[in-house]
Amino acid sequence: MFSAMLGEAWHAMGANRLRTFLTMLGMVIGVSAVVLMMAIGQGAEASVKRSISAMGSHLFVVLSGPPRMGGARTATGNAPSLNVRDATAMNELYGVVGVAPVTMGKGQVVYASNNWNTDIIGTTPEYMDIRGWSLSAGYPFSSSDTRSATRVALLGKTVVQNLFGEEDVDPVGKTIRINQRPFVVLGVLDSKGQTLDGRDQDDTIIVPLTTAQRKLFGNQLPGTVRQIMVQAESDNVMGMVEEALNSLLNQRHNIREGADSDFSVRNLTAIANSAAETARTMSLLLGAIASVSLLVGGIGIMNIMLVSVTERTREIGIRMAIGARERDILMQFLLEAIMISIVGCLIGIVIGVGGAILVSAFTQAEVIISSASVLIAFSVAASIGVFFGFYPARKAARLNPIEALRYQ
Amino acid sequence: MQQAVISVNHLYKAYQTAAGDFPVLKDVNLQVLTGDYVAIMGPSGSGKSTFMNILGCLDMPSAGSYVLDGYAVATMSADQVAKVRNQTIGFVFQGFNLLARASLLDNVALPLVYAGVSKEERHARARVLLEKVGLSKHMHSHPNQISGGQQQRVAIARALVNQPRLILADEPTGNLDSTTSEEIMAIFDGLNQEGITIVLVTHETDIAEHAKRQVRFLDGKIVQDTGVTTQGGSAG
Repeated sequence: MFSAMLGEAWHAMGANRLRTFLTMLGMVIGVSAVVLMMAIGQGAEASVKRSISAMGSHLFVVLSGPPRMGGARTATGNAPSLNVRDATAMNELYGVVGVAPVTMGKGQVVYASNNWNTDIIGTTPEYMDIRGWSLSAGYPFSSSDTRSATRVALLGKTVVQNLFGEEDVDPVGKTIRINQRPFVVLGVLDSKGQTLDGRDQDDTIIVPLTTAQRKLFGNQLPGTVRQIMVQAESDNVMGMVEEALNSLLNQRHNIREGADSDFSVRNLTAIANSAAETARTMSLLLGAIASVSLLVGGIGIMNIMLVSVTERTREIGIRMAIGARERDILMQFLLEAIMISIVGCLIGIVIGVGGAILVSAFTQAEVIISSASVLIAFSVAASIGVFFGFYPARKAARLNPIEALRYQ
Repeated sequence: MQQAVISVNHLYKAYQTAAGDFPVLKDVNLQVLTGDYVAIMGPSGSGKSTFMNILGCLDMPSAGSYVLDGYAVATMSADQVAKVRNQTIGFVFQGFNLLARASLLDNVALPLVYAGVSKEERHARARVLLEKVGLSKHMHSHPNQISGGQQQRVAIARALVNQPRLILADEPTGNLDSTTSEEIMAIFDGLNQEGITIVLVTHETDIAEHAKRQVRFLDGKIVQDTGVTTQGGSAG
């Protein structure tokens, strides 16, 4: 009996194809919007999360220069005000588990006939742990390399690709030239992908701090650095560590209370978390907007089912006269509504998934099509069919058979 | 004693209107025995259509009792009434009332869907009945492709498909020309010969002549009854 009803519902759908298609279109648009928006939202969330874990956790960066911008500042304002001894002092603070002074610059790198311009980071071995870098080949430099300013380098993936190209050369142990000076490649960094703002983190070379200061970037003020990375023990001590860093540096740099300081402390983790929060909110918002179109689609189904019940009043009367029970009539119209929404939903899923694949193919945006989002869209669509189909179906089932039979 | 298929006692029916109750049937009494062939006649507004609707369990009386095939209809649940309409009664309407979208085969098989019969059996039984009314060639046609007389044959086949004890026909020839009417009435005559009880409403005397018994309505009352036929089937 149920299969007979399914067949009839299918027939009824085919009886007025254009109308069925237009009714379905509401569901198609709604479901494809939900699937597409969820795919984009979840993709954005995932890439933010990956950037955060790639950055390292519980991080501060202490920067040279005053925290507030504004007004014209002379070149002295840009001179590095932090030095290695500041970093050593920070290491003693409670709650701090790692400190790495960092100096940065650009460098022209050459290997054989290939050359490339990239960021050079001069730092101490602790940097690797703090930023969560690991090596895919070779081994890291040690503190003795930092002490004696040896010319060794760790290369990022992008640098390796540009210098060594397609050839299957193992870069470890090769000698490259950075700003004309020969360096031995100690290791290759694992890929980290892009930062939140879209920079390629793999386009970098890490060398010992002293090597960068003495042999690459010339005679800056001896021992100064542009920034110091500080890692706290846990989220709980972040606030305390931030205060301790400020008071320590104010003291060391002889900055009186109320005066402009010559450094700034930034909580990288907080910035990253707020970015993740933004992505999540965005994804929810997109989903919510898309759901509105599902609702509109449902109302469209209800509308057309009401029309259908009125048009088929006489048919309902005939069915009742030959023995259909109320629930048979109810089921017949309910099945029709559910079938319209489910078929619409399936088409919508196909279009949504296709759209998501197109988006990821034509833009850099990451999309994630999770089976959960497809399942949610499907079950929501089915429930919309039941919810919006129920009222018209009940209206049909409650018709008076005599009046229905007389209906012209 | 022969069993009464229809037993109506002191039946009243009134419609509620703004001006108060409007009585349509006033104290109607009727017994129809198995195998009887009854023509109900009367002018428009005499209450005969309302009476048919009550007999067909499409409408409920305001007062009085209606016992169908031994069961008091008033005490039945909605689902039981639906089952009665499905299995005890076969309806034939003036306007044929076939489903335009379905093939003749599916139209005839439709009552069996609500009886929960399997698809194979539904089609097998519908085929037999279409053959019986002489339409086996048009099995897969649709109602709009055949004539009115043929449509009424399909409706009769549909009424018979669940092997009912009682056929209720409301002006079955009202939309047909006289030749076709005679053909349709011949089918009813044959069915009555097979022992099926038939009650039909008509306002044409020559149609009513086919029945064994004529009942005349006027103003909501039975004013003339040619009498209870005691012998079913073989009489006529």
